[in-house]
Amino acid sequence: MSLFLEMNNISKTFPGVKALDRVDLRLNRGEVHALAGENGAGKSTLMKIMTGVYRADPGGSIIVEGEEVTIHDPVHARSLGISIIYQELAVVNNLTVAENIFLAREPRGPSGLLNTRKMKADARAVLEELEMDIEPGAMVGRLSMGQKQMVEIARAISYDSKLIVMDEPTASLSHHETRTLIRMVKRLASQGIGIVYISHRLDEIFEIADRVTVLRDGATVDTQPIEAMTRDRLVMKMVARELSELFGDHLSYATEEVLMSVRGLSLKRPTMQGARVSDVSFDLRRGEILGFFGLVGAGRTEVMEMIFGSRPYTGEITIDGQRAEIHDPSTAIAHGIGFVTEDRQGQGLVLGMNVRENFSLTHLKDYCSFDFVRRREEKARCIDYIKSLSIKTPGTEQKVMNLSGGNQQKVVIAKWVARRPRILIVDEPTRGIDIGAKAEVHTLLNELAREGLSIIVVSSDLPEILAISDRIIVLKEGRVSGELSRDEATQEVVMHAATG
Amino acid sequence: MNGTDTMEAAEHRDGLLAKIAELRHVREFNVLLALLLVGFLISLATPYFLTTNNLMGVFRAFSLTAIMSIGMVMVIITGGIDLSVGSAMGLASLVTALAFEAGFPTGAAIGAGLATGLAFGLTNGLLITAIGLPPFIATLGTLSIGRGLMYMITHGVPVTPDTPEVFSVLGQGYIGPVPVPVVIMLALMTFFAIIMLRTRFGRHVYATGGNEQAARLSGVKVGRVKLTVYVLSSTIASLAGVIGFSRYLSAEPASGFGSELDVIAAAAIGGASLAGGIGSVTGAVIGAALVGVIANGVVLLNINTYAQQAITGGVILIAVSLDVLRNRLSGGGN
Repeated sequence: MSLFLEMNNISKTFPGVKALDRVDLRLNRGEVHALAGENGAGKSTLMKIMTGVYRADPGGSIIVEGEEVTIHDPVHARSLGISIIYQELAVVNNLTVAENIFLAREPRGPSGLLNTRKMKADARAVLEELEMDIEPGAMVGRLSMGQKQMVEIARAISYDSKLIVMDEPTASLSHHETRTLIRMVKRLASQGIGIVYISHRLDEIFEIADRVTVLRDGATVDTQPIEAMTRDRLVMKMVARELSELFGDHLSYATEEVLMSVRGLSLKRPTMQGARVSDVSFDLRRGEILGFFGLVGAGRTEVMEMIFGSRPYTGEITIDGQRAEIHDPSTAIAHGIGFVTEDRQGQGLVLGMNVRENFSLTHLKDYCSFDFVRRREEKARCIDYIKSLSIKTPGTEQKVMNLSGGNQQKVVIAKWVARRPRILIVDEPTRGIDIGAKAEVHTLLNELAREGLSIIVVSSDLPEILAISDRIIVLKEGRVSGELSRDEATQEVVMHAATG
Repeated sequence: MNGTDTMEAAEHRDGLLAKIAELRHVREFNVLLALLLVGFLISLATPYFLTTNNLMGVFRAFSLTAIMSIGMVMVIITGGIDLSVGSAMGLASLVTALAFEAGFPTGAAIGAGLATGLAFGLTNGLLITAIGLPPFIATLGTLSIGRGLMYMITHGVPVTPDTPEVFSVLGQGYIGPVPVPVVIMLALMTFFAIIMLRTRFGRHVYATGGNEQAARLSGVKVGRVKLTVYVLSSTIASLAGVIGFSRYLSAEPASGFGSELDVIAAAAIGGASLAGGIGSVTGAVIGAALVGVIANGVVLLNINTYAQQAITGGVILIAVSLDVLRNRLSGGGN
């Protein structure tokens, strides 16, 4: 494998922060190179420098195919053969697959009008070459997350990319789609295309990477062939702590007392994505952490949305022996339910508001006399929670958009915990956050259960579900396909119930 | 955990200097600076500008736009828009005039005007929350209906009823040197600024515009919040209509037409973002003041009055551009 790109002595200073400190990175042709590190370690900044979004501080150099270059902007990077696929996919939903692939360089006829026929044919050629089963004329908005990602890959390939950066590519993919993506990555590498693979999922790194570079606090810690690395050593390099220190033992605080029972819960109509849920029944006990597992599209989130009143349902929800009539989030909240949504930024937080305002939004009434907010009290309470959840923020008045993903997640959890719910639903609680913050979230959920809270954890991260749950309910195609105690549940058994 | 340490330091740094330094980050502060600067420049050019007489005239001239901008900015903060304020204003002045004509006592006539605004706002709010129309369309529709009704009722002829002396105080009176409409404007500004900054309702308005989905899932009754701001906007506009009628004692068939654009401009100059979540009541009033002062300057400096609209347009573009650039420079995260 020959060297394609070299980054030497790269530093990047933002006002008041040194984001990168003399980082070196060497990427070969046809190599899958994993980039590992906690949030804030500098992975994104490094990739933004490589793709021309940021300019590095003077003193470093970038060498592409033996020649030193200054990368001006993303378009320039692309002309050098460097493409990036962001976690938040950059596709336009109301255009077709072909239109997306050729966005901003649409083939035109002699008249200056679009040559849609050529565009479709060219798109089809790329898709077929990559053996992707996607119609060039399909609306991208109707595709699944995994298919949208494939469209982005096809676009990168149509640019003749020699290096493709993938930032958390599997964060929102189903199990099946993840497998497809991994096959695609291997295939691209075998064709001589270099891949930079950024992922919090260590299993994936070990499965596909040839080499791994670890960043910590903006500096390169190590670059190793993957064979020379173990899971524990990788984590230790990332966080400079032992894995066992991070994740404490699981303790169960589940009681026998049923707090909520759900009977025959069904979606009134299928969702836009076509998900169905029918006849879901289960009990939730006091102090229990109940895991909900299922592949993407199995209806996990939909079940939670019905319980929280943000989706119409039929069926019965009983809380504390009383039938609960829940038709909107505020009635659900009044019944003592809290919902930490999957989409932190879209549904969990008001990004333009500060930590205090986001924190108190669920329980502002607690600080109100005649609708007037007692701000001192609101702030004091917020500071208490910042401390007890160790949220890293300069203060209560910091806008939440400036916090890291892990800390944003803690703010969402804080706003619900402060409302003192009896039932807390957490949907994908650790998606896209680093392993240190993940461990803290797990510990926190465990402590809440100890205080008698009943928690439902929804996750597509199977090891997470197994690590944290007292009991696991598996959904498949909108129905309960398995209910397993902690002792029965193994990766194989759960996966079998979810797919079998 | 140096995060918590610096945080506590920041919480306790409540000195006066720090407070002043913080002012720079308050959006209204920049509009206020612009207002003072423009005022200063005009006063250099003509000494007449800073006379009590002139200033009070200027204040009274923009007070109705400013009053309406208070309601408008709350709508804009929820992420909506109210194009119908001009019609609500005009219709309210007409209904008040008709009420006087029908022999209503002063209180009832004013009440009838305000009730018109209330009904207008309820219609807007229900179209938007219950039926789910986009605010732009819903209020565009009611704007047109309002105008049509006014022509149908008046047949194009102004309504000029006899009114009791006491009613004229609203539009023509003074408290000391200050015109009554200006006093009403300042009172409303103070009242709604406190509502927006200190109450749960205000917080919910900001949250709704900042992220409606997150607000709803946090238990905010988003529909009720929206309905309320549209009702407030129309009712406040109808108050402006009643005051306007009291000033001229004639309800013109075309009164209030086109004023929605001035009102939206005031809110935008005052720092409100049409995307929602951002803006303030004081900012909107200062924005209206800036436009009013410029209009006055144009007259005093003998600049072609036709140029006034063009200048106002320029001010909108400059003010909002500066705001956008400033936000970009201060790095709104990544």
